[in-house]
Amino acid sequence: MKAETLARLRAARSERRPVARVVALDGSVDAVVEDGGGPLPEPVLDVARAALKQNRSHDFEHEGGRWFVQVFNPPLRLIVVGAVHISQPLIGMAGSLGYDVTLVDPRGAFATAQRFPDVAICDEWPDDALEALGVDGRTAVVTLTHDPKLDDPALHVALRSEAFYVGALGSRRTHAKRVERLVEAGFDEAAIGRIRAPIGLDLGGRAPAEIALAIAAQMTEALYR
Amino acid sequence: MADAAVGEADAILDRAAAWAAAGRGVALATVVKTWGSSPRAVGSQLVVDDAGAFEGSVSGGCIEGAVVTEARRTIEDGEPRLLDFGVSDEEAWEVGLACGGSIEVFVEKLA
Repeated sequence: MKAETLARLRAARSERRPVARVVALDGSVDAVVEDGGGPLPEPVLDVARAALKQNRSHDFEHEGGRWFVQVFNPPLRLIVVGAVHISQPLIGMAGSLGYDVTLVDPRGAFATAQRFPDVAICDEWPDDALEALGVDGRTAVVTLTHDPKLDDPALHVALRSEAFYVGALGSRRTHAKRVERLVEAGFDEAAIGRIRAPIGLDLGGRAPAEIALAIAAQMTEALYR
Repeated sequence: MADAAVGEADAILDRAAAWAAAGRGVALATVVKTWGSSPRAVGSQLVVDDAGAFEGSVSGGCIEGAVVTEARRTIEDGEPRLLDFGVSDEEAWEVGLACGGSIEVFVEKLA
């Protein structure tokens, strides 16, 4: 590995940028793929881009030689807005799925360490919290408060970001009103269409843990499909 | 697993950079393929210095000794190596990949 490759991998990781390293296993090629580009033939770049999307390092053949692509994705992150009872099972499931989870709720009585012992809690207003955390393409944002004062500011930041998943709890009627507010705030149809609402895969369950499972399943689908 | 793997990757890269900055010869060993049951995933890495110090793992302890030996040769001659360890290989049994899988490890010098 070239010293330059090592330096670029470390810089990308410290800034939460997804990056892949491609190496020919005879040692003749050593390159970094970032933002979908790099000093490599197009078919090799395709392999690297797919590997990043699938988060899977693997060997492959190219023009008779064996190559290897190693994926260095930032850790997955979930930002949950609203310390409600769906949040509790969702935080547990997301932890098992490998997410770093942050719970955002400025209402002090909701997000207490007693109710949520195993998660980073942020009591800032949701838009400030999301701006500070920096929402990127390895981040999922889920709003669960039912309160437009809290959910909408979080959605504003999420829809301007590259978040791979944006979900908002609420019925179709609630969501229709939400869409009206977002249009008024200047968001176009494509941006608003990114919101998963009603949230979660349609599994039929209504208990908090069942809704959490539907959300976690939909996040997983969004990540890989 | 994802979180642990990510943290570990950072630790290996940091260690490689620190050892190189200290003027040591450094090699990286990476699992590039696995067959059957194998204790570490593809992409797992080990960093080795010219004195044989190492950090990380490619097998959970079974073959690290053999990989470190080869890595020191790579540091010396600069040549990358592709190492196979598997159940069909008598020697690999002896170095102890008793988990029933086989793995392929790419060793390269940091230069």
